[in-house]
Amino acid sequence: MIEAELGRCVAAWYPGATGVTGAAKLSGGASQETWTFDIVHPSGNVGAILRRAPPGYGASPGRAAGLDAEATLMQLAHDAGLPSPRVMHVLKPEDELGTGFIMQRIEGETIARKILRDEQFAQARPILARQLGGVVAGIHGLPAAKLPKLREMTATKEIADLDREYRSFGRPRPVFELALRWLRERDPGPSREVTLVHGDFRHGNLIIGPDGVRAVLDWELAHFGDPMEDLGWICVNSWRFGEIDKPVGGFGSREDLFAGYEAAGRKADPDRVMFWEVMGTLRWGIMCCGMMQRFRQGPDHSMERAMIGRRSSETEIDLLRLLAPKGK
Amino acid sequence: MQDEPTPTELIKAVADFLRNEIAPAIKGHNAFKLRVAINGLDLVTRQLALEGDSESAEAARLKQLLGIDGALLDLNRALSDKIASGEVDLQTPGLADHLWQTTMDKLAVDQPNYASYKRELGNK
Repeated sequence: MIEAELGRCVAAWYPGATGVTGAAKLSGGASQETWTFDIVHPSGNVGAILRRAPPGYGASPGRAAGLDAEATLMQLAHDAGLPSPRVMHVLKPEDELGTGFIMQRIEGETIARKILRDEQFAQARPILARQLGGVVAGIHGLPAAKLPKLREMTATKEIADLDREYRSFGRPRPVFELALRWLRERDPGPSREVTLVHGDFRHGNLIIGPDGVRAVLDWELAHFGDPMEDLGWICVNSWRFGEIDKPVGGFGSREDLFAGYEAAGRKADPDRVMFWEVMGTLRWGIMCCGMMQRFRQGPDHSMERAMIGRRSSETEIDLLRLLAPKGK
Repeated sequence: MQDEPTPTELIKAVADFLRNEIAPAIKGHNAFKLRVAINGLDLVTRQLALEGDSESAEAARLKQLLGIDGALLDLNRALSDKIASGEVDLQTPGLADHLWQTTMDKLAVDQPNYASYKRELGNK
């Protein structure tokens, strides 16, 4: 079992550790898994998270930054004082756990519906947008010289990728065509400033406590590009979970997000953020169609994937609200 | 002619059974999956009820917009091509209304509780 391997691994670098307990898989596709466990120690157990590609799954797919890069980014963010778990150990071949890393487990909530509705987050909600503006500014300002090798994206490349993926499904969707055309006509070209972009800065990848944001997770889609992409992505309506009048994650305003960003010494460009919000809405819609495709072609023939396919229409109404608002 | 009950009646009966008798007894991840399953059945019921009228109205609008006749999939392909080429855009009379109506009809089946949809229903 994984606890035996983890126990041996942990004993090699955590002084005094006698083993691990309570290992449970939190999520996992075929190629990447996340496990939670406790390191057993005489002075008290320590919560930890394993993020790994199991043995035999070395290469990361398509857009993924790779687990080594994720570990580096997470540690850099931690060192810069950003809310990020400390990386405790990068897996080595002799660990026999595959590739990946072990990090500190940070307690808190990632489920959007709870963050948006539960009483314990009532104090956090009004401050989150501004806080996150500061956090994402910190990410964009991480020292370039220390960053790992990552793919570089531009708006033009992203539009081309989305176009290619949409067309590969072979099913016409006039609203997506309209969005692709709109994006092409307004493509701002290469960003004047290219920075580290988190790439998936939204609910699910943010650990929130009653005091606010505690950690940014999941750097799998990190890349170099237009920093406004992260600000646009977190405003996509799909992450508002019904609170559609609060564009930032269903808890805050763009103004607060931008104020936090600017207080950290960076400048937000609202038009460009809106451009990336449209791109992000289309991107999530195309991802939903991709889920349906994977459901149909297997091997993951799951009902959940099938039903996510029926959520692409949500992004169509959101695209129309952005591009062709009624009564205007 | 197939016998009764109709597919709609059967699916609704199954969904109600799962919702009322089974769901209260299931916990954990399977409870989540059961909710997804019931949502799937409810979606099919809505589609069976709504799709006939909405698709014939959609086809009629497309014929008007494009000036051609054909199967719904082919008409949508033709419209998509024209939007992609820029031949048709939001200034084209009827396009925005068509896309809105078609999208609202999809949401009525897929996610009638989606907040953007409920907002736009109220804006009519």
